[in-house]
Amino acid sequence: MMPLRYRGLRHPVTQLRDEMDRLLTGFFGPPAEGSWTPTSRSQPAVNLWEQGDALVAELEVPGVTSEQLDISVIGGELSLEIHRPDPPGDGVTYHRRERPTGSFARVLRLPADVDANRVQAELKDGIVTITLPKAEEAKPCRIKVASAS
Amino acid sequence: MPNSTEITKKAADHPEGAERMRSGQFFRPNCDIVERDDELLLLADVPGARSDQIDVKFENGTLSIHARVERRQAPETEYLLCEYAVGDYWRTFQVSEAVDASKISAEYANGVLTLHLPKAESLKPRKIAVTST
Repeated sequence: MMPLRYRGLRHPVTQLRDEMDRLLTGFFGPPAEGSWTPTSRSQPAVNLWEQGDALVAELEVPGVTSEQLDISVIGGELSLEIHRPDPPGDGVTYHRRERPTGSFARVLRLPADVDANRVQAELKDGIVTITLPKAEEAKPCRIKVASAS
Repeated sequence: MPNSTEITKKAADHPEGAERMRSGQFFRPNCDIVERDDELLLLADVPGARSDQIDVKFENGTLSIHARVERRQAPETEYLLCEYAVGDYWRTFQVSEAVDASKISAEYANGVLTLHLPKAESLKPRKIAVTST
């Protein structure tokens, strides 16, 4: 049964893959972390909303410095790349290893045209906030109605 | 899922079995626990928390981490894409190793909490010098 939850704008193939992962994991034994939770996902999670004349995207990227983040806007797409270095593994014993490492990439199709030159990104406490001001053409424009008299 | 590139945010159980006064979600931070010769090192992902809002307690062999995270957007925000929720982080660990509680230290940077739990003196590996007579 499909759990009831908001799926957002995720690609159907991604949804299918996650669903298959979930089914297989459940079939071949319990997942490593006890119970399956509906918030598991295999790509950096994004929240996106509209704020005034801009779109704002937010991601949780704990442990990542600004040099390990690649953010670019190409055409109507926001491309995100995160590189997390592998932790030192020599001479130590890992009792638990849950924090993800490696590279993650994601491309989001933006719902409005943005002014790529004015895009700003801020990293604070492991949260990156990307402000994407809308292009002039995409801003709402009030049309004056002239009365023909 | 045995996929190391996965970013997960798991819901936490009710802290200490008691109900909370404040509504909202609790999340279980992803943690790495590393054992070194002289200490246990715990790294916890708590993005969005501020250092003054993180509580770390060590009591009777139980280590608890609680990081308060406030909403960053107005509650009426209409998300075009909403893939994760924001809430406090909570997790407890039963520490079986003998740890010197008075020397536990914590740092916070870039959304990662680092805890150093030094082993008690008696457990540290000690090199015994062999003297020749």
